Amino acid sequence: MRKFIFMAGTAVALALAGAAVAEPVDEKLVIDGEIEIVTKAKAPEGHPFDEVLSGWLFRTAETRALEADSFINPAMLTVEDGERVWNTVEGTEGKSCASCHGNAAESMKDIGAHYPKWDAATNRPVNIELQINKCREERMGAEAYAFDKGGQRPLTTYIKYQALGTPVSIDLSQGEMQKWWDTGKDLYYTRTGQLNLSCASCHEVNAGKYIRADHLSQGQVNGFPLYRLKNQGIVSLHNRFRGCIRDTRAEMPKAFSDELMALEVYVTWRGTGLSVETPAVRH
Amino acid sequence: MRFSVATIAAAAMLGLASQAAAETVAPGDVKFEDGTVTVSVSGAAGDPANGAEVFKSRKLGNCLACHTNSAMNNELFHGDVGPVLDGVADRWSAEELRAIVVNSKAVFGDETVMPGFYSLEVGKFVSEDLVGKTILSAQEVEDVVAYLGTLKE
Repeated sequence: MRKFIFMAGTAVALALAGAAVAEPVDEKLVIDGEIEIVTKAKAPEGHPFDEVLSGWLFRTAETRALEADSFINPAMLTVEDGERVWNTVEGTEGKSCASCHGNAAESMKDIGAHYPKWDAATNRPVNIELQINKCREERMGAEAYAFDKGGQRPLTTYIKYQALGTPVSIDLSQGEMQKWWDTGKDLYYTRTGQLNLSCASCHEVNAGKYIRADHLSQGQVNGFPLYRLKNQGIVSLHNRFRGCIRDTRAEMPKAFSDELMALEVYVTWRGTGLSVETPAVRH
Repeated sequence: MRFSVATIAAAAMLGLASQAAAETVAPGDVKFEDGTVTVSVSGAAGDPANGAEVFKSRKLGNCLACHTNSAMNNELFHGDVGPVLDGVADRWSAEELRAIVVNSKAVFGDETVMPGFYSLEVGKFVSEDLVGKTILSAQEVEDVVAYLGTLKE
């Protein structure tokens, strides 16, 4: 009898605990008490949700606090690394990013909120990483960074950080962006792997629920590159895409492949109106 | 005489082994009737103790990822993507539970998120090392079904 009461008590406690943390928190994110972050926004027309929500709202109080204070956000070290890369001369032309673009706080302000963009020269969308590689090859006479190698993550983080707080909006009217959006949408709903799951299986149908200890968010990408506590380091968007697909027990598309660029276009659109949070902190 | 006993024993063992193998139902041959699978897919009875291990193993069933099961309260972090499994055997028969574990989409429709644990109707781009393989073996499915049968309120 005593055991039964204990078990019932545990069940109630578990149920309460579950209920208490199952919803995204109703809190405001203001970084360093200055930069107001939009973590809830009215969804754009044609979106499956009424409201888009930042992944920050789904994280624990401790994790949320790490992002709210740039002094304790571990990814700010990566931003500093990125600033060094920005000012470092590389390649046959004797140039750094700063040689052409000067002060990133001015020249790169808000830029990261509006990528991916259409690139007429390559006839496909480019994200910040690919734009950096174009500059390196075409302007600096330097080699393109391999995926997640060299200065790619710090520089991407540094550039996106210049848009911190700015709401995400991408222009789908440029070039064939709408076609890539369509392809990305198809991929978002495509079930992959032995586990037969799509992006939507977790981040649309079950957003707000728990998979084991993981609180499923809407899978928004406005905070990338971000500090992932699980990895103890900075994680790029295409690394995360590949990790999710691998977890369905499927072969992973290559970073910056047509598939993942289409997915980036579509998923970025799904977060329209949320502030850039780079570098966010997640589990 | 000794020889013949050994021969008979060997023959009997071979007979049992081949009989068991013959009774394993291939994933594509499982018959669903009104949301049930009436025949053991391994041809043998399930072992509930091993079923509990398969159920909680992250590498096998990983059932707690999505389902809460109060009988396993000593395991941390039960998910809530799927329904709570407390008393599941009061709500579903063994034949229904087998059908759900084998391929829930054959019972609940294509929209369900639950993977088919003994099905080759899987997603695209399956990892090369898993092509043609099911998440669980036929016997593991039977063991899990036997374990689920113990979850009564």
